[in-house]
Amino acid sequence: MKFFATLLAGTAFAFSAFTASADVRFGIMNEAYPPFFAKDASGKWQGWEIDLMDAVCAEMKEKCSIVELSWDGLIPALQTKKFDVIWSSMSNTEERQKIIDFTDKYYNTPSKLIGAKGEKAGATAEDVKGKTIGIQVATIQSEYYKKYFAGVADEKTYQTLDEAFQDLAAGRIDYVFGDSIVLDAFVKSDAGKDCCADMGDVADDKEILGLGVSGGLRKEDTELKAKLNAAIAAVRASGKYDEITRKYFSFNIYGQ
Amino acid sequence: MDFSWVAKYWPLLLSGAWQTVALLVISVSIGFLLAIGLAFAQVSGGRVTKILARSYCTFFRGTPLLIQLWLLYYGVGSLLPMIPGLRQSFMWPVLREGFFFAAVSFTLNYAAYEAEVLRGALLAVPKGELEAGRAFGMGRFTLIRRIWLPRAIRIALPTIAGEVVMQLKATPLAFTVTVMDLYAVAYKVRQDTLLVYEPLIVVTVFYLILTAIIARCFGLVEQQVPVRR
Amino acid sequence: MASLETTLQLLSPYPPGWGGTLLKGAASTLAISAGAYLIGLAIGMAGALGKLSGNRPLGLLLNLYTTAIRAVPELILIVGLYYAGTDGLNRLLLLAGMPPLEVNGFVAAVAVLGFVQGAYMTEVLRGAILAIPSGQIEAARAFGMSPALRFRRVVLPALLPNALPGLGNLWLAVTKDSALVAVVGYQELALATRLAGASTKQYFLFFLAAALLYLAITLVSNLVFSLLERRVRRGQPALA
Repeated sequence: MKFFATLLAGTAFAFSAFTASADVRFGIMNEAYPPFFAKDASGKWQGWEIDLMDAVCAEMKEKCSIVELSWDGLIPALQTKKFDVIWSSMSNTEERQKIIDFTDKYYNTPSKLIGAKGEKAGATAEDVKGKTIGIQVATIQSEYYKKYFAGVADEKTYQTLDEAFQDLAAGRIDYVFGDSIVLDAFVKSDAGKDCCADMGDVADDKEILGLGVSGGLRKEDTELKAKLNAAIAAVRASGKYDEITRKYFSFNIYGQ
Repeated sequence: MDFSWVAKYWPLLLSGAWQTVALLVISVSIGFLLAIGLAFAQVSGGRVTKILARSYCTFFRGTPLLIQLWLLYYGVGSLLPMIPGLRQSFMWPVLREGFFFAAVSFTLNYAAYEAEVLRGALLAVPKGELEAGRAFGMGRFTLIRRIWLPRAIRIALPTIAGEVVMQLKATPLAFTVTVMDLYAVAYKVRQDTLLVYEPLIVVTVFYLILTAIIARCFGLVEQQVPVRR
Repeated sequence: MASLETTLQLLSPYPPGWGGTLLKGAASTLAISAGAYLIGLAIGMAGALGKLSGNRPLGLLLNLYTTAIRAVPELILIVGLYYAGTDGLNRLLLLAGMPPLEVNGFVAAVAVLGFVQGAYMTEVLRGAILAIPSGQIEAARAFGMSPALRFRRVVLPALLPNALPGLGNLWLAVTKDSALVAVVGYQELALATRLAGASTKQYFLFFLAAALLYLAITLVSNLVFSLLERRVRRGQPALA
């Protein structure tokens, strides 16, 4: 009898996890991606993108919660309704637009290469000939690699950019290709400053490197899209956007 | 279900299967040799060897393979820059790649599990056969080579077949350290085509075929030496 | 290599030390392992009884289930079921005309691991039930016991000594398989370690700490199971 009672209680507990919440749930990659988002030692999310999320939620007057997932699982999980908005520095590209919808952009930064200290700087196909480039899986940089560097240099894919940094420091790869701000943060950090240096931005390609970072949405959530766009515009207009940006950067990251 | 991508990615699937099989064969064969040593150390070794072998097995069976793999690849990897002259040496092309670390990690892990199986099998060999061998004046090494080990392996063969299949199922973890094995190919296809299930299904079929081949091979070996009941 | 003092600082359970994150990850690992184990037990018991009931279609279906799960790599099962599980469930609900459920990460991880464990449990429990001397079950039937009463009084106590070694192995297996949900981004010990390593760049230290935590879980589990075995085997002749 006691067994069945505990079984029932257990099932009820499990089902309580099913109750629909009124929160707007933001999906974020569960890896460190400073300075945009990272978890500190007490498990709290911090970073520019987190601050922006809080500001946008305040504008929308909604309660927001964070759902953590792996990077390559963000789009499938969005579609199976595990959360409502992808807010994980994901760029708006035409390829992705076939499956999901995007809000207006909230920042736009170029992509660059970093390499071993002392190597010749330069980020064209000529410079990377015969070398190995570390790229995070399912990113705009891996698309760019396929178009410009594929026949010329080797690619190593990593689940997270951080693993690529480790291998660059260990000398297993020659370059890491990613977002310029995150790569800059690494090169300036303790772990990066001895081993690695900036090799320069890659030539821009609007189609592949995208139209800027935006929030990812399901195609049918038009109402949420309108709300988010309004909130993003309001945050920009009120000066809160610049205030948050000043906390982390000395330059504008919104782009044209 | 969209399977149109299979034609385009076929060479990549084959090379991924090759990497998987290579990892499996290396870890199983070298791991088996290591396991023999560990099993004998635990069965008839001195006190210190017994404790060392036991600790090895406990560590490698008590921690997840994923942690062992990351410990080896990233942990040791972070120590590599401290070795001067490593990048110019002949070992660098090997140490650069994740394959080496995946192979080593899988071998060490497999050896621990296999040692447990062999240990049980060594103890299960009928004592009478060992005594007969000793009565014939066989030296220790001859006894092991001619009677103890072959009998133990025959006893353990069904379990070893199961362990090899389990090792095959563990190989997908290599994708986390940049090895382009079968699962990594599925991963890449998922990212390129944004299809969620189809690549996993095709790769699963590959694994099922490999499992069937392994089971068949072991079945053939078992038939060579029937066990009299 | 960091000095001893910085090492202890990094491992400290209080922020800015990462020990707290690791311990929370370990608790998470134990929680999903326990949940998955219980679900696996429930599925396994039902599966074992189903296979032994003699019902042909049911036996076939269960055979398909156990063979499929045991033949496919766990990583693929976990990744596939994590996304497919919610998707499939919601599509079924849609067909039934009900609103879709939102499943949080914990429940999804537990359900997936439990589903996988169920297949292995089915085999262990089936073997254990088959090892019960048939005379005991026949005697229970002769006494007119109902199947439920027979199960509670005869089958369950008799299968426990046979099943316990296998169940112990499966518990260890599930605690280690729980590390695989790190690949879908669910934060348990393996992922917590990666986060800690990424923030501090002391990878070797944290992976070693994680290995020791898993080892501690294994050793304590071994102790618990050997105590359980001693209790369950009381009154029986000692093993050879």
